[in-house]
Amino acid sequence: MILYLLRRLAVTAAILLVICAATFAIFYLMPADPAQGACGKACSPERITEIRTTLGLNHSPLSQFGDYLTGIVSGRTYGTGEHAVNCPFPCLGFSFQTNQPVWQMLTSRLPASFSIAVGAAVLWLAVGVAAGVVSALRCGSLWDRAAMTAALGGVSLPIYFTALVLQYLLVVQLDLLPYPQVEPLTTDPVGWAQSMVMPWITLAMLYAGIYARVTRGEMLESLGQNYVRTARAKGLPEITVVRRHALRPALMPIVTIFGMDLGALLGGALITESVFGLPGVGKLAADAISSADQPVILGVTLFAASFVVLANLLVDLVYAVLDPRVRAVG
Amino acid sequence: MTLLTVRDLAVEFRSGVRAVDGLDLDLDTGRVLGVVGESGSGKSVTSLAVLGLLRDAQVSGEIRFDGQELTALDRRALRRLRGNRIAMIFQDPLSCLNPYYSVAFQIAEAYRAHHRAGRKQAHRVAVRMLDRVGIPEPERRARCYPHEFSGGMRQRVMIAMALCLEPDLLIADEPTTALDVTVQAQILQLLRELREEAGTAIMLITHDMGVVAGLADQVVVMHQGRAVERGPVRDVFHRPQEPYTRGLLACVPRIDGPLPDRLPTLGAIT
Ligand SMILES: Nc1ncnc2c1ncn2[C@@H]1O[C@H](COP(=O)(O)OP(=O)(O)OP(=O)(O)O)[C@@H](O)[C@H]1O
Ligand SMILES: [Mg+2]
Repeated sequence: MILYLLRRLAVTAAILLVICAATFAIFYLMPADPAQGACGKACSPERITEIRTTLGLNHSPLSQFGDYLTGIVSGRTYGTGEHAVNCPFPCLGFSFQTNQPVWQMLTSRLPASFSIAVGAAVLWLAVGVAAGVVSALRCGSLWDRAAMTAALGGVSLPIYFTALVLQYLLVVQLDLLPYPQVEPLTTDPVGWAQSMVMPWITLAMLYAGIYARVTRGEMLESLGQNYVRTARAKGLPEITVVRRHALRPALMPIVTIFGMDLGALLGGALITESVFGLPGVGKLAADAISSADQPVILGVTLFAASFVVLANLLVDLVYAVLDPRVRAVG
Repeated sequence: MTLLTVRDLAVEFRSGVRAVDGLDLDLDTGRVLGVVGESGSGKSVTSLAVLGLLRDAQVSGEIRFDGQELTALDRRALRRLRGNRIAMIFQDPLSCLNPYYSVAFQIAEAYRAHHRAGRKQAHRVAVRMLDRVGIPEPERRARCYPHEFSGGMRQRVMIAMALCLEPDLLIADEPTTALDVTVQAQILQLLRELREEAGTAIMLITHDMGVVAGLADQVVVMHQGRAVERGPVRDVFHRPQEPYTRGLLACVPRIDGPLPDRLPTLGAIT
């Protein structure tokens, strides 16, 4: 098990390195000049040269990548003398547009993204799995058909549409909620929850539909298994048969997609954050893209990718704990 | 004393297949009834119908167990009967054991469904049962998962699960199929002991005439969902009335007889 863990960690580190290189290469090959981007529109040629030196753009691509990696593990300093900017560990780059290290920008945006992702995840997991289980147990019933139609609807509605309808209903028409803005959880929990309700519902609508359909399919399959019949033959109460013998195996694939979805969302819910104007990582990415702030785009990409890769690792570890057959192999 | 009476049992699946069609069975307390027949003759479906475990199927007829009409029981009453008074050993033990739980858990779970017992106590019962069915090192093996067991050991786990509640009736569906001869003999011995020591009635489903000869008192020969012949094992084996039964018997290679060039097949006879 320990060996398995170490091996997986090594593989994960390698994958992150590859992602890092690939992302870096893409940005390097992009026609836009980072120096131009950092300097703004009205910019003298001298200033551009100066920035190029500061950013190390006149070095070879490989040495630039080396500098970048060094920055991640031990921090780095851009330029020399009075113009030198310090970018402490872990340096994911420096935004010359905002004069901040990218890492700092990211971490300041994390609480909002975490709040949105985790809250929405709890909501869609509860609603989706519950609806899927009931649908499978009442397969073919009116409830089943209604729930599956609703699920299809939830999956197909675009986020910005749901978001706007919700805002119109809850804020404008019914005056139930304030317009979303992030209140810190620690000082104002009620305000925090209020500000999060709409993003949560918006995202949960999208995912709950998928989870309901997957859960229903998995439950139908596991309910037909012979070991479920054995459980009934033992005289177990039906609720135990369903929960212990049908739901448990059905949840295994859910663990996988849940890990992936949550991992992806922790790296920023771009559309949701933008629509509700919440200062999360996704909003940061959207802003960086529109202002062509390359170091930030690069940083966010890496950051989000790491979440997905780490979620992947976590899913595999959870799998090894949950499934005795996988455990044996690991 | 009659323990199980089945009258005019018919099972029709929603797909239109009539798997059982007017079957009568009688089984006395402490006796062993062999149910034989070719593959697809409706043996497993009959046993599932007795326990009320069929889905997507229309079941009609009478199933009386110890004076109670099973088809008329509510879910609660049926649940209390399952496992506790009528236990079942299923065909294909790998797919019938849940891969996510240890074998001891799955045995203990059956015990706890009908007894007020803590986890520890039920676990001890499970270990004792594993020991009784001949699993070596039962304490250590108890924590293993079904995939870590061999086919014969899984079959024993199924048997341990069925026996831990000391049922009045055990339905054993092909308990020895796909096992090698020595394991087969051990499992038959186990069933024989069970019947002699605990007085458990057994409905022994198999298409192996040899198994029936070694264990059963009465035998019912099934063909296409009906009983085509029935009677004491000796009579049916020595003086089969039906050509179908003769065919089934002829399919068993006899150790003491001359070896035929080719084994006869049922199609050639029926
Ligand atoms: N769930 C089901 N849906 C539809 N038809 C079924 C179902 N289960 C069994 N049958 C049909 O019922 C008939 C009897 O099946 P059954 O499993 O009782 O045979 P069997 O005598 O146990 O055979 P075997 O010796 O191979 O186990 C077969 O024709 C089979 O196709
Ligand atoms: Mg069968």
